[in-house]
Formats: sequence, structure tokens, C-alpha cells
Amino acid sequence: MTANIGIRKILTSFTRDRANLIPILQKSQAQKGYLSPEAITEIGHFLGITPNDIYSVASFYAQFRFERQGKHTIKVCQGTACHVRGGQQILEAVERELRLKPGQSTTADYQFTLERVACFGACALAPVMVIDDTVYGLMTVSRALKLVAEYRGK
Amino acid sequence: MSFNELLNQATSEVEAWQNSGKIRIFIGTGTCGRAAGALAVLDTINKELARHNIEASITHVGCIGLCYAEPLVDIIKPGQPRICYGYVTPETIVQIINDYILKDNPRPDLALGTIGEGSIAGIPLLFELPMLKSQVRIVLRNCGYIDPENINHYIARSGYSGLNKALRMTPDEIIAEIKESGLRGRGGAGFPTAQKWDFCRKAPGKEKYLICNADEGDPGAFMNRLLLEGDPHSVLEGMVIGAYAMGATQGYVYCRAEKPLAIARLRVALEQAKKSGLVGNNILDSGFNFPIAIREGAGAFVCGEETALIQSIEGKRGMPRPRPPFPATSGLWGKPTNINNVETWGNVSAILQKDGAWYAGFGTEKSKGTKTFALAGKIVRTGLIEVPMGITLRQIIYDIGGGVEGKDKEFKAIQTGGPSGGCIPASLLDLQVDYESLAQVGSIMGSGGMIVADSGTCMVDLAKFFLTFVQAESCGKCVPCRAGTTQMLDILTDITEGKGRPEDIALLLDLGDNIKAGALCALGGTAPNSVLTTIKHFRSEYEAHINEKRCPAGVCKNLIAFYINPEKCQGCSICLRNCPVDAISGDKRMIHIINQDQCIKCGTCLTVCPVKFSAVVKMSGEKPEVPDKLIPVGSWKKSEVKE
Ligand SMILES: Cc1cc2nc3c(=O)[nH]c(=O)nc-3n(C[C@H](O)[C@H](O)[C@H](O)COP(=O)(O)O)c2cc1C
Ligand code: FES
Repeated sequence: MTANIGIRKILTSFTRDRANLIPILQKSQAQKGYLSPEAITEIGHFLGITPNDIYSVASFYAQFRFERQGKHTIKVCQGTACHVRGGQQILEAVERELRLKPGQSTTADYQFTLERVACFGACALAPVMVIDDTVYGLMTVSRALKLVAEYRGK
Repeated sequence: MSFNELLNQATSEVEAWQNSGKIRIFIGTGTCGRAAGALAVLDTINKELARHNIEASITHVGCIGLCYAEPLVDIIKPGQPRICYGYVTPETIVQIINDYILKDNPRPDLALGTIGEGSIAGIPLLFELPMLKSQVRIVLRNCGYIDPENINHYIARSGYSGLNKALRMTPDEIIAEIKESGLRGRGGAGFPTAQKWDFCRKAPGKEKYLICNADEGDPGAFMNRLLLEGDPHSVLEGMVIGAYAMGATQGYVYCRAEKPLAIARLRVALEQAKKSGLVGNNILDSGFNFPIAIREGAGAFVCGEETALIQSIEGKRGMPRPRPPFPATSGLWGKPTNINNVETWGNVSAILQKDGAWYAGFGTEKSKGTKTFALAGKIVRTGLIEVPMGITLRQIIYDIGGGVEGKDKEFKAIQTGGPSGGCIPASLLDLQVDYESLAQVGSIMGSGGMIVADSGTCMVDLAKFFLTFVQAESCGKCVPCRAGTTQMLDILTDITEGKGRPEDIALLLDLGDNIKAGALCALGGTAPNSVLTTIKHFRSEYEAHINEKRCPAGVCKNLIAFYINPEKCQGCSICLRNCPVDAISGDKRMIHIINQDQCIKCGTCLTVCPVKFSAVVKMSGEKPEVPDKLIPVGSWKKSEVKE
């Protein structure tokens, strides 16, 4: 139930207006890294819309997560500039390093979640990788693997 | 407060800072700078200044666009011109502080150029560098100069004087000024801005909305991010001017969540503008009210499309709807709404600070003014540039960008306009960059992304990349886009995997034409462009994939293989140790062999093989002779195995 207390706190800063749905979802996700079923129900009550309605909106946007995320999020850019400069090799190398199976994005120990993202706007320094909030440019496979190792202990 | 009071306050603050007699240091801490390590450099600067007891002011600035040379640090010693240092590392900044700040050696070897009056022997003028020389900086007028988080820096450089002037004009006069400038929308379609404003102004209704489109979804472009990070007030000023001209009552900036620094700096700017009475109630005591709110996009490319964006602000799935009705008459919550791109707004403030005729003096007859472009991909000098319309692609790629990187590589194509755009081959490099010329060759201006492809880029793979993107981002509402792009992607995937059939090319062309004709919005309507233009200009690459099962650029995984040249291998085992899937067999001083069934073609062996051996080769469509069992280095004789 602690989850709901957190969500309720967020809801107090919003009016019960449907237009606030996406900002509410964003704030709620920022709290735990994903949207739990309890959080969605609570938000539905607040805005007077059904959980189905919320899922239909939330699942449309790439930003929203419905499962528990790893402690660190690694995002490997797969935008155009990064693609032509070898972003895919970086992604595949990190995927292998984290021993992720196809379709799996979070490691079993919940240390890492791996995401592919289309462009962070640092294209001039492609290929780009972002870990949590830090942007790393001019990536190579070996630098990427070294960074993963550094974050493993953190 | 009146504008004059604001201006006086800003000027005296900035002058006091300039004449403080202190050393001033500027560091580019935009996203590019950070990605290149600017924060570590900043850390070292702080430590070194403290260690030597140097009194200096440090100012964070946005990006000047020389992203290839990031991190950038500028230093002004009193009475000296501003020196811009590039490729700065924690090590070189220690040297620069020691040699230039503590002593008087400006270290020309580490400097890129000087800015402002005066010169320093051995250091060129920054704006004489090839990357900057042919640029005309109107939108980017302040980027890299001012502290984006200090409104006084903006005001002291004519900021908000355009708004001050506009508030003394009638709305019709403002629209006439924009009309005279010839400004067209910078978000992609190039619709005349004055005309759009006029529609919205004339639309009946008391409540009207104004939106700044900062979604910037083109994967490979960063014009809007850079402007918002480097000079957010120029965009806000443009919005308030537009709101006054159209009678808008509420503004929104819709910004993509993947650009957190742009959002953060915009928030700071908005707070400051509110405090100074430049946004919000009773703007500059004129009685005009215009609040602005920020909405973060949640990661959907289609939400850059104006009708989808409106749905998204309303809290719904971002699905486009047919137009008409256009947003100008029925937009956000059914009310008249005007949407312009970040760069369009940045131009509006510049135009009102000077005038329309001045702006129209740049560019071509139909495409006036300047345009920013993000140069990326296989080009020497990557970064953000602003050039007058009408400049040729050749000038952009060679004079400004320095040509393709890698001595053994050749220029192949430039992709403009992102997922909606197309690829332009070397034979068209003298093409002028303006809305009409780009459209004529099957591409578009788009928002300004330019990705350079060289001989190591596979055009079929690039087309597949864009199609994968649009197929994933298709909202699914209309069948031509949803089913058509899926079908095209399947065919392209087959081709890149060596399963293409000769009739596939005709099928792709046919599908492409049908999707273009039938799609609901411009996402689908332009989705086939990358495929159509690559077939048009690079058909032989498609044919090599289909008929010879060969990828000439050596990119498509199913069509390439890595081998170890038995004549060159020295048996050092570096590749063996680095192979992530243990696909290499070998032993000390034995010729190593790649087991093709196990190889995942990651290319690690090629990267790690010492340059002096260069024994690993990548091949497509051919197969060299290699030993089938381990033999000692030096014992390999050609055809030994075969005969
Ligand atoms: C799929 C799609 C994505 C778009 N993305 C953007 C975008 O990221 N930014 C933008 O300003 N316009 C984008 N547009 C264009 C907008 O619909 C609209 O034309 C533009 O914001 C109008 O502003 P302007 O007249 O200043 O160019 C997109 C259009 C489509 C069809
Ligand atoms: S394409 Fe990777 S950061 Fe833009």
C-alpha cells in the first residue's frame, strides 16, 4: 500500500482533468521507474476513467513501463547517426554482456535494464549511450563494456 | 517593469561582469559538450582555480555548433580577445590554465580560434574557420555566447526588444512584417508562417491556443535541442510575439522527454521571463496576458505531427486526424490553435528585433532567410550549422563539413529530412538547398537533419533502417501506413538477408506509390521516400543483394563473412581472446581460423587484430581459401588444402 501513498501525494498537485493524465503518468513513473497496476487504478479513480482507458493511452507512448526496472538503465541510441556509425554493434555487445535473452530487457538480478532509443540529440558524437542520466559519446564496444562493468558495482 | 528598466538593469549587470577585471571562462555544457566529457573538464577547472587561488567567473554556455571539437572552453583575460579551445580534456585544461592564465602563453596549439576584437599571433579568427566562415547566424545568434539561464544576457543582446516593438504595433502590422520576411515553417513542410497566423487570427473564438512544437523526433537531428539549450528566450520571445499577433490566450511548449537538458533550461527561462513580466499577466504593462506551460512528450514520433500532438496534450493517444478542419480553426479542445516549430519561433524574435526586409535579404526567391542543419554521420566536422537558403549541398558537405571521414572512403549520399526524407547521391551535390529543390529530387528539407553516408554505408540497410523506424512509429490508424510499411519492411528484410527475389524491386516501388497516395497523415505519406530514393539512385546495390547475394558495402550480416588471412596471421591469439562467442580456434604461433557456423559477425576480431598484422578481412560474395585445420604460422601454401 505504500505505493499508493506515493501516488496520492503526486495526485494532490494536479486537478482532476483528463488533460493531466500524461503528466501524472510521467510523475508516477519517475517515482518507481514503472507504473504498477495499483498506481494505474489509483490514477483512474482520481481522474474518473477506467484502468483500460489509461492502459490504452500509456501503452501508446514508448516512455511508459509496466514492469519493475533494473537499478541502472542503459540506453543505447539506435537513431540514424548512431546507426551509420555502428550503434547496433554497441547494442548487441551490451546485450551479450548482460546475458539478456531475446525479448528480455531487465537482468535477472535487477541490476540493469537495457533499452534502445531513437536519438538523444547528441548525434554529432555518435554512437551514443546513456546510463541513467549521463550521456556518453563516441562509444566503442570496449568503452561500452568498461562502462557496464563500472556501473555493475554501483 | 517597463522594457527600458529591464534593459538598463540587464546592461549594467552584463557590463559590470565584462569590466570586472576578472578572468572569464566559458564552458559549453550542452548535451554534446557533456557527452564529450565537459563536466569532467569543469570539475578540473574548479579544482585548479582553487589550487592556484585564481579569481575567475565561470559561465555555462550552450553549443556554438562545433560539436566535433567538444568539449569547448573559452577564456577571456582582461584586455585580450576571447580564445576558444577545442577537444579540451582534464589534462589539457590544466596546461591551459598554467600556461595562459598563470603565465602569458595562449597555447596556439590547443586553440581553435579567437572571437571578438583583436588577435593573437598563431591563432586564427574563429569565424574564419572553414566550419564557420560561410555561416549566417540568425537563429543561433546567441548560442555559445550567452548563459542560457541568465535572462539578462539575452536582454543585453537585443533580447525581448522585438516583443517590446511588437506590442506597439497592431496585429496586422506584425503579420505583415512576418509576411515581408518570407519566413516559412522550419518544422518540415515549409508553410508560409504569416499565412498560418492570419488564418488563426481571423478564426472566430475568444480562447485561442499557441503551441511550440519541440518534439524533434527525427532520429539524427538536434537543431531544436541545441537552440532550446543554448538560447531558450529567443523561442519564448517569438511565441509571445505570435500570441499577441493572433490573440492567443494560452501557450504550450511540447518537448520530447529524451531531451531533458533542453526542458530543464526552458523551465528556468520560463520562470525568469515570468518574473520579469515578459510572459504571463500584463506583459510589459501592455495589458496583454499570455501564460505558457511546458508539456513533455512521452516518446512517440508521430506526436510531432500537429494533429497528433494536439491529441497528446489533451491526454489521449497521439493519433493524427484528417485535415481539414485545420488546427487554425479547430485545434486544441476544438479551439483555434497555431503550431510552429522551435526554429520558426527563434526566427520570429530575430525578425521583430530587426525587420522583415532585412531577413528577406538572405536566401532565395522562394526560400528566404537561413536554415539550421545538423551534420552527422560519416563526415569530418559534425555539428550544427546555420546557412543561408540556396547554398549547395557540396558547400555544406565539403567546405563546412570537411568531406567524408576516413581516407579510404568515398562520399556516397546525403540523407536529408529524416524518416520522411530521401537520399541524395553524389551526382546531385550541386543542388541548391531550398524547399523546392529538395522536393524535386524526391527528398525534403524536413527539420534539418543531414546524415552523410560513405562507401561503407549500405543504402539498402539505410532504407531498411528508416522503414523499421516508421513501421514501428506508425500509429496504426490507417491501413496503407500500418499494413503497407510492414509489407515493405518484410521485403527489405528478405533482401538484406539474401532472400530477395528479382521482382521485389518493382513490388517495393508499387507499394511505395500506393502508401504515398493513401496514407492519412504525412508520416505514412512520406514513409516510402527513403526506399524510393535509394532504389532510384542506388539500384545496383539492391540488385547486388538480390542477384548476387552480396552487400557491396559489407554491412548486411547475412551476406558477409569474416576470415583470417593465413598469410598474414601471426598467431597472437588476440582475436581468439576477444571473440565473444568463442568462434575462433587457434593456438600460439598457429594460424587462427574462424568457425563460420559459430560466428555472429560482430566484427570484434577485425577491430582488435593489430594494425601491423591486419589479418582479418570482411568479405561479401567471395570466399578466400583458408586452412581447415590448425597449422603453424608460415607454413600455409595456397591451394594446399584444395588439391
Ligand atoms: C510524422 C510527423 C512528424 C513531425 N514531427 C515534427 C517535429 O518533430 N517538429 C516539428 O516542428 N514539426 C513536425 N512535424 C510537422 C508538424 O506537423 C507541423 O507541420 C509543424 O510543427 C508546423 O510548424 P512550422 O510551420 O513552424 O514548420 C511532423 C510532421 C509529421 C507528419
Ligand atoms: S542518432 Fe544517436 S544521438 Fe542522435
